[in-house]
Amino acid sequence: MTKPWTPRIVAFFCNWCTYTAADLAGVSRLKYASNVRVIRLMCSGRVDPQFILDALARGADGVLIGGCHPGDCHYVEGNYKMLRRFELLKRMLVDFGIEPQRVRLEWISAAEGEKVKTVINEMTQQLQALGPLGMPQKFTAWDQELEHLAQAVQARDAAAGPCPTHAAPSPTPEVVHV
Amino acid sequence: MKYAYFPGCSLKGTGKAYEESLLPVMKHLGVEMQELDDWNCCGATAYMAVDEGKACAAAARNLAIAEKSGLQQVLAPCSACYLVLNKTQHYLHEYPGMRQTVARALETVGLRCEGTSAVRHPLDILLNDIGLEAVKQKVTRPLKGLKVAPYYGCQIVRPYATFDDQTNPTTMDRLLEALGATVVKWPLKTKCCGGSLTGTLPEAGLRLSYILLKEAIKRGADVIATVCPLCQFNLDAYHPKISARWEPVPIPTVYFSQLMGLAFGLPDNQVVLHRGMIPMKPLAAPAPAAAAAR
Amino acid sequence: MSAKKEELRIGFYVCHCGHNIASMVDCVAVARSVEKLPGVALARDYKYMCSDPGQVLIQQDIREHKLNRIVVASCSPLLHEHTFRGATEAGGLNPFYFHMVNIREHDSWVHTDRQEATEKAKALAEAAIRRVAHHKALEIKKVPIHPDVLVVGGGIAGIHAAMTLANAGKKVYLVEREPSIGGHMAKFDKTFPTLDCAACILTPKMSEVGSHPNITLWTYSDVTKVDGYVGNYTVQVKRKARYIIEDLCTGCQDCIPNCVFKEPKFTDDFNEGLGKRKPVYIPFPQATPQVVVIDPEVCLNFKRGKNPDGSPIVSDKCKKTCVEACGEKNAIDFTQKDELKEIKVGNIIVCTGFKTFDAGRVPAYGYGTYKNVYTSLEIERLVNASGPTGGEVILREGKNPDGSPKTPKSIGIIHCVGSRDKKTNIWCSRVCCMYSMKLAHLLKEHTDAELYNFYIDMRTPGKGYEEFYNKLLEEGTHFIRGRVGEVTDWAMTPEEEGKLVIRVEDTLAGVVRRIPVDMVVLATGLEPQADAGDVRRLFNMSCGGDGWFLERHPKLAPVNTFTDGVFLAGCCQGPKDIPDTVAQAGAAAAEAMVLIDRGYVEQEPNTAFILDQECSGCKSCIPLCPYTAILFDEERKKAYINEALCKGCGTCVGACPSSSIVQNLFEDSEIFSEIEGVLSYD
Repeated sequence: MTKPWTPRIVAFFCNWCTYTAADLAGVSRLKYASNVRVIRLMCSGRVDPQFILDALARGADGVLIGGCHPGDCHYVEGNYKMLRRFELLKRMLVDFGIEPQRVRLEWISAAEGEKVKTVINEMTQQLQALGPLGMPQKFTAWDQELEHLAQAVQARDAAAGPCPTHAAPSPTPEVVHV
Repeated sequence: MKYAYFPGCSLKGTGKAYEESLLPVMKHLGVEMQELDDWNCCGATAYMAVDEGKACAAAARNLAIAEKSGLQQVLAPCSACYLVLNKTQHYLHEYPGMRQTVARALETVGLRCEGTSAVRHPLDILLNDIGLEAVKQKVTRPLKGLKVAPYYGCQIVRPYATFDDQTNPTTMDRLLEALGATVVKWPLKTKCCGGSLTGTLPEAGLRLSYILLKEAIKRGADVIATVCPLCQFNLDAYHPKISARWEPVPIPTVYFSQLMGLAFGLPDNQVVLHRGMIPMKPLAAPAPAAAAAR
Repeated sequence: MSAKKEELRIGFYVCHCGHNIASMVDCVAVARSVEKLPGVALARDYKYMCSDPGQVLIQQDIREHKLNRIVVASCSPLLHEHTFRGATEAGGLNPFYFHMVNIREHDSWVHTDRQEATEKAKALAEAAIRRVAHHKALEIKKVPIHPDVLVVGGGIAGIHAAMTLANAGKKVYLVEREPSIGGHMAKFDKTFPTLDCAACILTPKMSEVGSHPNITLWTYSDVTKVDGYVGNYTVQVKRKARYIIEDLCTGCQDCIPNCVFKEPKFTDDFNEGLGKRKPVYIPFPQATPQVVVIDPEVCLNFKRGKNPDGSPIVSDKCKKTCVEACGEKNAIDFTQKDELKEIKVGNIIVCTGFKTFDAGRVPAYGYGTYKNVYTSLEIERLVNASGPTGGEVILREGKNPDGSPKTPKSIGIIHCVGSRDKKTNIWCSRVCCMYSMKLAHLLKEHTDAELYNFYIDMRTPGKGYEEFYNKLLEEGTHFIRGRVGEVTDWAMTPEEEGKLVIRVEDTLAGVVRRIPVDMVVLATGLEPQADAGDVRRLFNMSCGGDGWFLERHPKLAPVNTFTDGVFLAGCCQGPKDIPDTVAQAGAAAAEAMVLIDRGYVEQEPNTAFILDQECSGCKSCIPLCPYTAILFDEERKKAYINEALCKGCGTCVGACPSSSIVQNLFEDSEIFSEIEGVLSYD
């Protein structure tokens, strides 16, 4: 591809507020960056932190979660549950070496089509500045590194002769990630 | 409390009475005003109308000097200065193009304007920083029986209504009441005084001044209190022309700061009522306005 | 796929939606790209998938090509998911083997680069193809509908909705917070453009509501709590103490003249403060129910201050001449307390109406400063024969030389006060042009004054409305085009002395004018009720940015909300006139009847269930469920879900540490494959 790099955003929108707001943005013909892919869930409370991590691991540069405003959740308080997980997850991201700005939680009501547009555009700009996250590439690199390490160990062991305690080293190193 | 003081041209010229009365009043209230070093024209009237870029650059230079001085609050008593400095702040924040133009201009003189300082009006400071209670405590000669028409003019409330209502401002009303004066109800608080039309199109400009003066007398006011050097000038300086064209409407127009000085019992040379063309009657015997003719 | 499972045969359809999608997305390219994906048996593009031929196409393909999964890429699933599930079912498949891709609202309509939009469509399509492979056959659950309906708000909208349902044999609870039903319409004198007397057409309906065997009318009451879901709402209503036992009050009103207050001296809200009432009063002669109210704030039999429970303190200091007058009817009860009622209903119609704009917010027009500046609603009362002046139009300020109150000789009506104004409300209130002309006509009739209407644009879209405008023009009412700058008492000429001067730029004549008048009428606009935010939360509705309640679809679902079983009618949804309000109320009643007469509601089978063998019994999920649908089997140390209570939010699923909770339609495997799919592009 010759076209310049643009960030990929995976968005999880709740059915009642933010997904509807995104529909409204469409009906109102608002224009925003095309690199966001929306996955519809019934409630932002359904967002499992694993979804976010999986999206990042599979090559997303950012994840956006959209829910109803506090107090407006269709399911009373699913958005609060999401908020709790989100705060915890952000701490974890820092430990992973992932900028917490890559994951964003926004309250967007069904009437706020305009906000869908601004949030997506803003996030695209921010991610553009942060650059690619490139988790799949990193995984490949790390796997290769491990493989090299394993080979080096094997070569050393072969040179040193059989070790009485480690009879048979495993033939292939364990792959960390698929 | 310490403020950067931007006098502008009027307060050193035709509006001298404003500066002469405001400085002692503020000092009396414990407010420190440090005049901006090497200030220049605020960029008002002709500048703003002809070339907004140049006007903003002129205004921004003053703001830049204020920023450099470390004082975050710029006190601009003249309405035109207050508006232009405020407008420049708005433009700097709202229009990136303007920010660039101004930055380039200031660069040539080694200055930078971040647009971080707050442009404040004396009325704003008196009501919101100092408070009417503190003002009341300084009143030694309450302006009892003095009927005042509060006249705000256009520039301090439009287009930016920063501290008061756009069509029915009340800050000066409340201040005057705190001084013990009676505030006359009149609907012309923010009507045009004629502005620079008194010079360029006298027929139109003077008519507007005449309306204000006539209405103030009709509503029983002894004096008009103003915040703007141009308003004060228009309402005070053209009485002969207005009498010749329409009818005599003799009512004095003074700065609110002069009335404050009066109520605080400051010496005459700090109240400078003698500067008015239409003199204000001594307070001891508040006379009906009509009798105050020269 | 395990060998046991049947081979995947996915049918993919991409819709052009005329030009709506095709102009920005290369639909053929999308179909060709999807075609190559594993499991896809066929991929087609078609002009209108939602059309009959489009749906038939799916059905035929299912049979001919032995398809077992269907994916349609078109508009929002909120619009047509139901349609295509139907087509899938008609083709012989379980409807939940279908998945929908939104490439219109989320793609073609919001992007400007055709190549990017096409790439996005491909990625979204691939996500759906991967997802649908995990879909399972599900069954739609049918939940019975409670046949009773709650109507909130007793204005013309609520009255009409309640009557429609009651006449169809449904039981209705009509809850109104004021002491009488009637709403704003009861305050109006005449209605435009026909000039029917508002009371003459409204009061028969009101008394019908009051006596209808199918309607339980609770006035002076507030809805305080709503629980449940479509078909099964439990609603708590607070019946405020009116210190009158409704069943015993005959409406004779003997208590009122016998009150210890000889003269009425308290602000009469029904007459917009133009009149006075006593502590015991009936809001207006035709009030329904015909039951008086006692205002504890001013009644002498109550003390200042409140009991610990918030109720007023009875002093027993008054002579209680009202009780004497009531005699053996014994309808007055000073010890009455607020009462909470709980009802079960299947549907709710919200008709909570509007409030008029507070004219004091535009100080330039002098409302509150000049006594002879009125709001339009005040004029409605002033020209009304049962109003505070008996229909005589007299000024608040100014007397004739003989001391009698003055009637205005010239009147200016200012349009768009609190409407079409960035500083106040941006919207057009829709009724002001018409009611201003109605008031102009009535004021002319009553006073023979010169009438001036100051307008920005005349908006008269409606049956007979333009004709009414023409009639007014012929009557000699002046129409001056221009937004009024100010109303002032500052006179420039002897003719202006003692009058209110309207300063306006006449934009047709191109001059600034000063028009002296005796009376100014401000045509105040319509605003959402002050407590619209609370009401919205109570019924789980949405509000637009302007504060009006949001309908599900502006064109195709104008009385539905995003909550099933909650409907809207009247001005709470946006400004509208009486004909539109009544039409909408009828529509809302019909929508409720659809559900009642069908008897059940189909529920999305998106409920969650717990995989028993996986559950570790940690109980993390239990406090998360707002519906207490998750229970714990203490013996087996396992959690389980009561499907009837589960609403399908999936919050517990996202939180289960052992992944032992599954949400139908939103299974982890489905979402993970969707994530994989959307990230499959370039």
